Amino acid sequence: MGGRDTEIVLLDENGIRCDGRKVDEPRRIMIKAGGLKNADGSAYIEFGDNKILVGVFGPRDVHPKHMSNTDTGILRVRYHMEPFSVTERKNPAPSRREIEISKVIKEALEPAIMLDKFPRTAVDVYIEVLQADGGTRCAALSAASVALADAGIPMRDMVAACAAGKAADTIILDVNNEEDQAGQADMPIGYMPSTDKITLLQLDGVLTPEEFKKCVETGIKGCKIVYELQKKALTDKYFGNGEK
Amino acid sequence: MENKRKYVIPGDVVTTGPYRPEQNVILDGNKIISTTIGISEIYDDSVKVIPLTGKYIPKINDLVIGKVVSHTSLSWELDINSCYVGFLPAQDVFGRDFSAHADELSSKLKSGDLVAARIANFDRTRDPLVTIADRDLGKIDSGDLIKISPSKVPRLIGKKGTMIQTIEMATNAAITIGQNGWVVVSCESPEGLLKAKKAIQMVDEKAHVANLTDQVKEMLESKGES
Repeated sequence: MGGRDTEIVLLDENGIRCDGRKVDEPRRIMIKAGGLKNADGSAYIEFGDNKILVGVFGPRDVHPKHMSNTDTGILRVRYHMEPFSVTERKNPAPSRREIEISKVIKEALEPAIMLDKFPRTAVDVYIEVLQADGGTRCAALSAASVALADAGIPMRDMVAACAAGKAADTIILDVNNEEDQAGQADMPIGYMPSTDKITLLQLDGVLTPEEFKKCVETGIKGCKIVYELQKKALTDKYFGNGEK
Repeated sequence: MENKRKYVIPGDVVTTGPYRPEQNVILDGNKIISTTIGISEIYDDSVKVIPLTGKYIPKINDLVIGKVVSHTSLSWELDINSCYVGFLPAQDVFGRDFSAHADELSSKLKSGDLVAARIANFDRTRDPLVTIADRDLGKIDSGDLIKISPSKVPRLIGKKGTMIQTIEMATNAAITIGQNGWVVVSCESPEGLLKAKKAIQMVDEKAHVANLTDQVKEMLESKGES
């Protein structure tokens, strides 16, 4: 926030952003389901320059035992950034920011997962950010949802996530690192596309009520784009041969 | 009537209307939504999704293959490839005059032994209770263990057991399929054993392909000639 880097032109007169995108254009997104043999489910996402790998275990025994719940299963999420994921080495110990993101991703996935079917068990989601470039929480949430579906954990819906924001007084879709640093607002949105429900909504910055509305709408549009790719990733893995 | 099978992922609307939701679907208003990746099937009055992935969830009366992990003085614990451990009481093996002082559990079943067992009781409050007191159940002495995805077990059995019969007839192997995705194959001839194992792995990999029985048959026969 607050324009640390004033040199950069976030939006030129033709409505083109600093990385050559239009205002309502997301970055290049690639999602792949599966890939890890030892995890029950896994997914890999490339969201612009973000590269994130997710592994899911479970439902399985809860350790330590006292964490287990006799009424329902529990969900545990660890979001972790590799030391080499950013330009300056990141200390691999969990930071305040990582703990927060783990928590919000967990809470964004919980409404979708039917944990009550597996009392006394845990579902563990491990998110490893290999390369970060702004908007990792959205990318991580989208990938985690694919990995959970890949693990066969019953879900009411997929969770797709995409950020919207405001830079150069314009509402933009999918905020990248530069726009996050120098822009005016960043709003990550987690969205269940089939049930039309929002599971994650954060906002860093200041928006007027009108801008807020427009931002949510823009973000949901982005989520729908992500959802199509999630669908494709799962379809490719499970029904890839195209035969019935 | 959209009676056709359809590929679905979580959140997909399978159909709308007055159907009874069965396995892996939930009812939301009048929409029936899939909760897993699988193939949806619509019957006259009900809808279900056959899952293509996921862990084994114990069901009463299922035949499972378990591996002994440990024992206490009164019971064994079996790994049944599920999120819960199978609980096998010692009385089941020793009979009613079992005495915790006199009988040593490891004399009958040791850690690592494979057991064919049936789920005797299971609900959400307790771990599944298994029994080996029945015909064809009990310790497995010989054979090779193959692990496949539990969701593909119905495919391995086939409609009315056609798939498994095909494999057994072509290879002369005896195959025990646990609903938990663990399969024990034993065969007199090493070639038959290899072929049966290959066929089972083929079913695991190509479970969604139509006419798989024919493909398996072809594979088994072609190998037989060479």
